[in-house]
Amino acid sequence: MTTARSQTGTGENLAETFSEYVPSVEARDIVSIKPRYGLLIGGEEREPLQGGAFATIEPSSGDHLAEISEGTQADVDEAVAAARGAFEAGWRDLAPRVRAKYIFRLARLIQDRARELAVLESIDGGKPIRESRDIDIPLSAAHFFYHAGWADKLEYAVPGMRTAPLGVMGQIIPWNFPVLMAAWKMAPALACGNTVVLKPAETTSLTALLLGEIVQEADLPPGVVNIVTGAGETGAALAAHPGVDKVAFTGSTAVGKKIARQVAGTGRRLTLELGGKGAHVVFDDAALDQAIEGIVDAIFFNQGHVCCAGSRLLVQEGIADHLLGRLKQRMELLRVGDPLDKNTDVGAINSHAQLQRITEFVEGAESEGCAIHQSGAPLPERGFWFRPTLVTGLGGSERIAREEVFGPVLTVQTFRTEAEAVAKANATRYGLSAGVWTEKGSRILWMTQRLKAGVVWANTFNQFDAASPFGGVRESGFGREGGRQGLEEYLQLEPAAK
Amino acid sequence: MSERVEVRKTYKLFIGGGFPRSESGRTLAVKGPDGKLLAHVAKASRKDLREAVRAARGAQSAWSDRAPYNRGQILYRLGEVMEGRRAQLIAELEDVGVPRAAAEADLDDAVDAAVYWAGFADKLDQIVGAVNPVAGPFLNLSNAIPLGVCGLSCPDEGGATGLVGLIAPAIMAGNSAVGIAGGQAALVMSTLGEIVATSDVPAGVVNLLTGDHGQLLPWLADHADVDLIDVSGAPPEMGEDLERRAAENLKRVVRTHGAQDVRTANAFCEIKTVWHPARI
Repeated sequence: MTTARSQTGTGENLAETFSEYVPSVEARDIVSIKPRYGLLIGGEEREPLQGGAFATIEPSSGDHLAEISEGTQADVDEAVAAARGAFEAGWRDLAPRVRAKYIFRLARLIQDRARELAVLESIDGGKPIRESRDIDIPLSAAHFFYHAGWADKLEYAVPGMRTAPLGVMGQIIPWNFPVLMAAWKMAPALACGNTVVLKPAETTSLTALLLGEIVQEADLPPGVVNIVTGAGETGAALAAHPGVDKVAFTGSTAVGKKIARQVAGTGRRLTLELGGKGAHVVFDDAALDQAIEGIVDAIFFNQGHVCCAGSRLLVQEGIADHLLGRLKQRMELLRVGDPLDKNTDVGAINSHAQLQRITEFVEGAESEGCAIHQSGAPLPERGFWFRPTLVTGLGGSERIAREEVFGPVLTVQTFRTEAEAVAKANATRYGLSAGVWTEKGSRILWMTQRLKAGVVWANTFNQFDAASPFGGVRESGFGREGGRQGLEEYLQLEPAAK
Repeated sequence: MSERVEVRKTYKLFIGGGFPRSESGRTLAVKGPDGKLLAHVAKASRKDLREAVRAARGAQSAWSDRAPYNRGQILYRLGEVMEGRRAQLIAELEDVGVPRAAAEADLDDAVDAAVYWAGFADKLDQIVGAVNPVAGPFLNLSNAIPLGVCGLSCPDEGGATGLVGLIAPAIMAGNSAVGIAGGQAALVMSTLGEIVATSDVPAGVVNLLTGDHGQLLPWLADHADVDLIDVSGAPPEMGEDLERRAAENLKRVVRTHGAQDVRTANAFCEIKTVWHPARI
């Protein structure tokens, strides 16, 4: 398959550089992985009631890491009951300042064990240690720290409104940012006085379970945070559970729609943070060096396993050839390999299933007549890997131009005018993120107003912050996470007495 | 012989700024409490609904491009024109059996709702938006953006307030609207079209269908080019089915009941966050 594809040969010098390369590998001994993990229910680690388990593997080697408990309906029942008990037994009535202190503790403990979390995240999920160490874990701590401070200031969260917690939150998270997504969901839920049942993704349970250990270290009252591991069925049982007052889901649009149907008619609250097909628009006056770094960050960050990835590059026609040439050179410098190597840019694809999906997308594009370009990066022999990939020659109706690949694959199209850029950018059912590069201020404002997306990055990409609301429009879902707006999703609002 | 013969009004739909009858040729026979026929009000069909959504989509982006100040003035104008038509609307409610005092109070509330939301338009961003203090050298702004096309199931028993209470906040936020009401509200719904048409609201921003919720709402919930439905006026037993249908394109389903507070404003907008570096 790869033989027919173009690859930029930047010469033997580069090959030499790679062959002389000395890796700088983060030590694994900071983590200890148990052979088997239970569920966290009511403040105790418990075996699942029906005893099932599944293996979690290391995507960079395919090696077996541990056995994870498969939670079933009965376990979800127990976890929801524990969360309800903790809610009614005092978490909701706790003095807000006391609640805040517990959440500040969580933030500090995450900072204390940051390196351990980062290494485990990279082992279990395959992402480069540079990203887990510098982005995922510090941002997770920041989410707890930010939301802790809200716990005793909720009367300022929504003007004119009295607030109350909702109850038990059923939270289902994906495998691309395991700890960070847990933090995005748990921190505001706890700050608002709710209790939590968390269902981590099947392939990345280990760091969520370590977060569970941290919750125990922080001495949170038993049952305030419960963790039920498992696959799709476990998540479905949680989403459909009548004892859950709100479902918060991050994942694919298809599963999001299924959950929306499950929740229909129940009166339970729902927020969905789903897929995307982010347009990344580069004008001919853009600061090109920065734009190229931005394009690389937008699509190759976390192997492209990012719902808000800038996966559709739209380049103004006049600079297209030049920009693509520069981009191809830059792609040659991306190191693909050991997630624990501090110099790795692109880590392992999270699972064999995901690797297959990405491969099918690219093969499909090739059979639909698109040109495929891949970097020449050497790949490790074991594990799941995919080279940074460019897809050109698109009409726009190809599957790869319309559907979310969730991998390191960038499609490229051109445009002439601002209006054409907006039309092409918005020609999708999604609406999570978009990006625009231009040195002209009025054009930035004009574009950002018209791009249909919940988050728009101008002259930057893939920036996240606890204070900044994140979420989609259209089929990328609804609700916001982060910022004052994200809090509202975890609160019951009633008009303040006049 | 010399007594004047009254010129009766034909009660029609309001779509894209025009007043068509239903393409189906069907009407609702609206009767007074004594059983006397008052009017054959056009009964909207599925096709009328689709035409209304198309008109709403066509008008939406230009409407949301208007300055909030301008949208606010147009909503205020709507209140002014409604105040001028007060006697007619009260009479149309009395005709269908609403006691006079209740009809008068309803018109007070309906005009007040238009004025409330008129004054909200240029505060929306300041109330629900923010400049976010992110931990890095960036300007980070969160602003309210409209959803797009909103389908509004207005309560049949809610008088003029039930209609304006949903339509005004929807268009305040820059959405376009397709309103549906029948029963006791059929006459005032039809007349409201004339009020909207003379209030500088651009054609297509508000579309009003008189008809049957049970018949129209499933199509509205299914429609792939509708971004939100407010089911405040839907029969409660339809709720689950409508929500399930709406999941197909993840259209938002809300029940604002016309509450005049920030929850309703939130329901009709979403938050867009824009980042830009602030270092050189």
